[in-house]
Amino acid sequence: MEVRPDIFFIILGAALVTFIPRVLPLMLLSRISIPEWGMRWLSHVPIAVMAALVAQELLLEDGRFARLTTNVELIAALPAFWVAVKTRSLLGTVLAGMAALLLLRLIF
Amino acid sequence: MQKPVQPEPHAVQHKDDSFLQGVKDCLPTLLGYLSIGFAAGVVEKTAGLSIAEIILISTLLYAGSAQFIAAGMIAAGNAGAGIILTILLVNLRHLLLSAALSPFFRHLSPLKNMLVGALLTDETFGVAIQQSAKRQAIDEKWMHGLNVTAYLNWILANIAGAYLGQWIASPEALGLDFALPAMFIGLLVLTIASRSKYKLDIIVALIAALVAVGASMLWSASIGVILATIIASTLGMVIEKWK
Repeated sequence: MEVRPDIFFIILGAALVTFIPRVLPLMLLSRISIPEWGMRWLSHVPIAVMAALVAQELLLEDGRFARLTTNVELIAALPAFWVAVKTRSLLGTVLAGMAALLLLRLIF
Repeated sequence: MQKPVQPEPHAVQHKDDSFLQGVKDCLPTLLGYLSIGFAAGVVEKTAGLSIAEIILISTLLYAGSAQFIAAGMIAAGNAGAGIILTILLVNLRHLLLSAALSPFFRHLSPLKNMLVGALLTDETFGVAIQQSAKRQAIDEKWMHGLNVTAYLNWILANIAGAYLGQWIASPEALGLDFALPAMFIGLLVLTIASRSKYKLDIIVALIAALVAVGASMLWSASIGVILATIIASTLGMVIEKWK
């Protein structure tokens, strides 16, 4: 049960940069308003961030393009995408992806 | 001095606005939080974080995807500044969630709004936006009920994952390492599905994916996310304006 100082400061910094975007618009938006183009730009951020993370997770391995013939994660992503589109359930998607990967690793 | 009888929104909706109702409205999301929080705890443990550090990160950071990323980057020996910058970008989406909720909390002081926003997540945002469809303002107590339930469930799930993670020799064998990409796939699809501008969103997603992969191979994963977000969001804005 110990907290290393460098980890402590990483957690503290990460918590702070997470806290500010969470509370600032709620606190200030009744006073200042974000210009229309700013809201428009911001509206694309969630999609862009998530897509970038999905692409990195599925296509890269140690900073290199993962070999398509051995990329079971990419194959497991297909049922996950399918379940997400069909059920709109976050839990269902996670379980489908994990089950698919589990199955693929048993086969290959 | 008789005032005209007017229905008071708070009096009418009193039953719906309680802290306990907020707790109840959180229940459908608990299992989702629990499984991802558990997976986060396992990943954090296998990344070399101690139980105390896991309690600290789930209590202070309280953000699913960011905790997975932090754990992965700590394990890979990334510099602290790079980790914090990546998490800032990953969690920048909260700006939008917070901004979208702000019209429903105009009746609160800035300090009270800070407390409402401090525990804001994708899931509590989703539940709160559904609640807002029925009314002009969201009750503070109800929101706290929702937020605190999700928060406690998250911390407990992380601790459970951390303890049980010690007995799981290889999380890969259980497919647990896929909880993170699968969660991102789910969040991506659910966000696109909720916005009714599929074409533009899919274009933005494809641009982001392309830039992320290219920039990650050239430089690093965190630069990849940053560049992908800036370029794809800007192009999305331009395409939208241009049409």
